[in-house]
Parts: sequence; C-alpha cells; structure tokens
Amino acid sequence: MSAPLILLKGVTKSYTRGKQTVPIFERLDMTIPTQDFVAIMGPSGSGKTTLLNLLGGIDKPSGGEIVFDGKRMDNLDESRLAGFRAGNVGFIFQFYNLMPMLTASQNVELPLLLTKLGPKARGDRVKTALEIVGLSDRARHKPSELSGGQQQRVAIARAIVSDPKLLLCDEPTGDLDRETAGEILSMLQTLNRDLGKTIVMVTHDPEAARFAKRTLHLDKGHFSEKDLAA
Amino acid sequence: MTLIDLVRKNLFRKRLRTILTLVAIFVAFVIFGVLATFQNAINAGVEVAGADRLITVNRINFTLPMPLAYATRVAAVPGVARVAHAEWFGGYFQEPRNFLVAFAVDPKNYLDIYPEYIVPPAQREAFLRDKTSILVGKSVAEQFGWKAGDRLPLKSNIYTQKNGSDTWDFTIAGIVAGNEARVDTSFVMFHYQYLADTRSFGDGTTGWMILKTTDAKENARVMREVDALFANSAFETETKTEQAFNKAFAEQLGDLGFIVTMIVGAAFATILLIVGNTMMLTVRERTNEIAVMKTIGFTTQRIFGLVLGESMLLALIGGLLGIAFAWLISFAMAGPLSRFGPIAFSWDTAATAFVLMAVLGLLTGLIPAIRAMNTDIVTALGRK
Repeated sequence: MSAPLILLKGVTKSYTRGKQTVPIFERLDMTIPTQDFVAIMGPSGSGKTTLLNLLGGIDKPSGGEIVFDGKRMDNLDESRLAGFRAGNVGFIFQFYNLMPMLTASQNVELPLLLTKLGPKARGDRVKTALEIVGLSDRARHKPSELSGGQQQRVAIARAIVSDPKLLLCDEPTGDLDRETAGEILSMLQTLNRDLGKTIVMVTHDPEAARFAKRTLHLDKGHFSEKDLAA
Repeated sequence: MTLIDLVRKNLFRKRLRTILTLVAIFVAFVIFGVLATFQNAINAGVEVAGADRLITVNRINFTLPMPLAYATRVAAVPGVARVAHAEWFGGYFQEPRNFLVAFAVDPKNYLDIYPEYIVPPAQREAFLRDKTSILVGKSVAEQFGWKAGDRLPLKSNIYTQKNGSDTWDFTIAGIVAGNEARVDTSFVMFHYQYLADTRSFGDGTTGWMILKTTDAKENARVMREVDALFANSAFETETKTEQAFNKAFAEQLGDLGFIVTMIVGAAFATILLIVGNTMMLTVRERTNEIAVMKTIGFTTQRIFGLVLGESMLLALIGGLLGIAFAWLISFAMAGPLSRFGPIAFSWDTAATAFVLMAVLGLLTGLIPAIRAMNTDIVTALGRK
C-alpha cells in the first residue's frame, strides 16, 4: 500500500446545539493512502459530511490530530487552512455550486486566481482541465446553458485545475440520472487511476460506491470496512 | 479573468437592480455637484475678497445712503491707503427681467482698488475720459452679446432723471474680465458723477465706501477709527472686512451652506440606505457562493475585499456619472445664471465628490463585507 496521504488519530468531533453537546466522532482513527479512491457510506446523521469537512480543512476537530502529507493541519489558523485548501484539495459538490455569472472556463479558472500564475498559464491549465472532462466546446457557456452532467464536469474541472492531491466529493452524482452518474463516476475513476488523484467520496448510493477501490461504512462515529475493489 | 473582473461580473449579475441603484447614486451626485457649484458661485465674492479691503456702509442698513463727504474724512484715517465709493443703481436693460448688477462708482479709485478686474488700457482710458461711458463685466457682455462701442440705454428701478426720464444712455467703453475664473464679472459700472448730475434725488450721498488699507494688520484699528468718526451722527457707519461683508451679503438668500448641507445630507442618507440595503441583500443571496469560494481557498480578507470592491465600484460608477452630468449642467447654466456669480464646476467640488464616493462605497460595503467575511462554510453549505 502507498504511503498515507491522510491520517486521523483519535479525532473527536462534537457540536453544541443549545445547551446540548452532540458527539459525532469519538476517537476516530483513519488512514487514507495516496492514490486511494474511497467511498464513505452510512445512514443520515452518521457523520459522513462532517468527516469530509474535517479532511478538507473546512471544519476543525474538537480533539485528536489530522495529518495531511506528513504535516498536521488541524492546528492551522483560518488563513493557512484557506491556503491548504487552495493548494491541496479539490471539492466536488452534489449541486455543482458553480458561479452563475461566470462561463465554464471562468468557473474553472476561479481557483487559479489565488495562484501566482499569469493569464497565459492560467488559460493553458483551464484548457487542459476542460479537455480532461470533455467540455472544451462548452468553455464559453454559462452554467444555466449546461445540463446537470455538464455542470458537474465543469465542477470537476474546477476541482482538478490547480492539480490538488486530494479530491473530496460530496454526493457527486446525487442530482444526476443513472447514465450521467455513471459517466461522472467513470471520470473520477480515470482521475484516480491515470492522474493519481486521491479521492474520498461520500455517497448514499451503493452503485456509486462500486466505482471506488474500497468502501468505508460509517455508523455512529465508527467505521466498518469492506474493500469492494479487491 | 482577474479579481477585478470578478467584482464587475458580480456587480452586474442582476442588471436591473444594479442600474436602479446606480440611478439613485447618480441623482445624489448630480444634486451635490449642482448645489456645490451654485454655492461656489454665490461665495465667489467671499473667496476672492481682498484681505486689505474694508467696506463701510450705513449702520442702520447697507441699502441706506451716507454722505459723500465721508470719503474725504475716511481717507485721512491713518492706515487707509485709498478710498472709493459706489452706489447701487437698481439697473435693468429694457425690461425689469433683464436685471443688472449696476454700480455708480468713483471710477479711478474703484478700478485701482480692485486689481482683479482686468480692463485693456485703451478701454480703461476711454472709460475714465467719458462720464457717460460704462464698463461691462465679461459674463454680462457674453449674456447680452454686447461689445465696446455699443450704445447701452439702462433704466433704474430706484432713480429717475431730473428731466423726468427713467433711462440713462451709456456708451460701452470696455469689457471687464477677471484675473482668474472665480472672479465675478456679472456687473456693469459707470461714473458716479453721471448719476449724481442727473438723478432727481440723493444729492451729496453715496451708497458705500471701499477702503484699501496699507496693511491687513491695520484692519481692526481702521474699522474702529472709521466708525468712531461718525458715531452719534445722523449717518452712523459700520465697517467690515470685505470678506465679512460679502459673506453677509450672500447670506441674504439664506445660509446657503446649511441649505446645501441639508439637501445633500438628505440625498446621501437616502442612498446610503438604498445602497446599503442592496449590498446586504446581495451578500445574503450569495451566502452559498461565498461559502464555495472560501472552500476553494479564498481567504476571509479576499472575500472582504471582493464585497467591499463591489460597493466601491458601484459608488464610483454612479458618482462619476453624476458628477459628469453635474458638470454639464453647470456648463449649461453658466450663461443664464451668471448674475448669481461665476458658475463653474470646480476641482474642489470634484475632489469632495470623490471623497464622498469613497465614503459611500466604504459605508455601504463595510457591514456586508464583514458579514461575507464571517460566513461559516459549514453552516452556509448546510452540512452540519
């Protein structure tokens, strides 16, 4: 197995609702090797999305350690976490979350505005990302002019354009029909297999999970593992 | 695409709303630009007033006369370098609506005391030589199309001639220009002696005196001594600096500064609410998008800058359009309203407008920007 990209050591997470403290995880351990493609399944409220938020550095654990590529990230301040996300993580959401006033290529370019790349280098990267997702001919279209599947491809292009090591997908096919969902999941498989992206995907759909190398079942803050790709 | 493009695209994504907001800002800046220009015109006399010039008027009211002999006595007061006198003629051309600011003056002293009035030497000589000649201010000459050599019959709403006529015939000796744009040239001036020789009443009196002092530091003492000369007489005087006199004269119309401040203040308070509300609405609508931007790595400072940039750009576009339109209006008003003073859009007004744009952009964008900056990603994406 490859070296771990992400390590969770004794991670606890709880939320406060009114006077009540609601525990999500208690001493959760997890290892995600580089170039892994892991699906996380579980019932609603099991903590799937919270886990994804912790891995992506958009939420902080209440305790324990999260190590990314050998460096602790749970103790980074807000500004450094933003930098961590920009440089290391690509996010793919269920409802695409594209900017409606921007064209497909401008949406893809958005993360690159945070880099020091010049206009030409940015343009080249955007072109490549759109080619990978097969949407070169839709570069000038706005999200409202694209189908759901095409919008999700633009979102994938946006997620990979800055060449992150990790892709976090939150129900990426939850809003798509079966055929389009299959195309998107195949694309994620390609990104994992050919480009070496480590992918963590939250899904309710066992069919979607079959595209991953392995599936982790999360329930009441604990994992049970079945390696479907074996 | 750059971050500025992103600000621009965000600003114009709801075009109608943005245009309506821009119209509100535009109107406020037009109001500001026009009123400030008008106020500048009225106050021009105050700003260009000579520091070493004093005005002596009748203590009861400046419209009442005083003995002409006062000029000689005042000239003898230590610290007084020169004295001129002037009389309000109440003049108009052909019809009362063609009202003119017309003075009957002591010509040589008057022109010497006001070096900011520029008259070509030949025209000046012609004026001083001919008692029935008249000098016309440049803005009046342009308004009526008059030139040197023209015959000019003027009527007075105060005086009639001894022969019963209400018309004085003049020959235009020359045109008076200002040595700078803000010098008011919306007047005509002629020989006091012509008026004194022909009018049916008012013998031996004049309207006010203009005193040039040897040094502005002497002003306070000269004012005291001049007024003391005529204390307890039938014609007591009140002497003020020219600046104070012009200011009091301008404020006969009301405290223009206060009026302008109130109107502009009301206009800006209104657009502050409109634009502030629009920006709040905009940010609230985009909570999810802001969360996505933060997710992909935009820092809180960058989000703050983008939202604030939007409100600044909004204020700048509306403000610049408004000020440009105000400039056009003031340009068009310069002729018809020249009697109120030199109507000209000043750089000071433009600079103040620019500051107002920045303050407006800042005030309307600050709270929405802080709100955007503090957007919690997890909450906004509904992921808890």
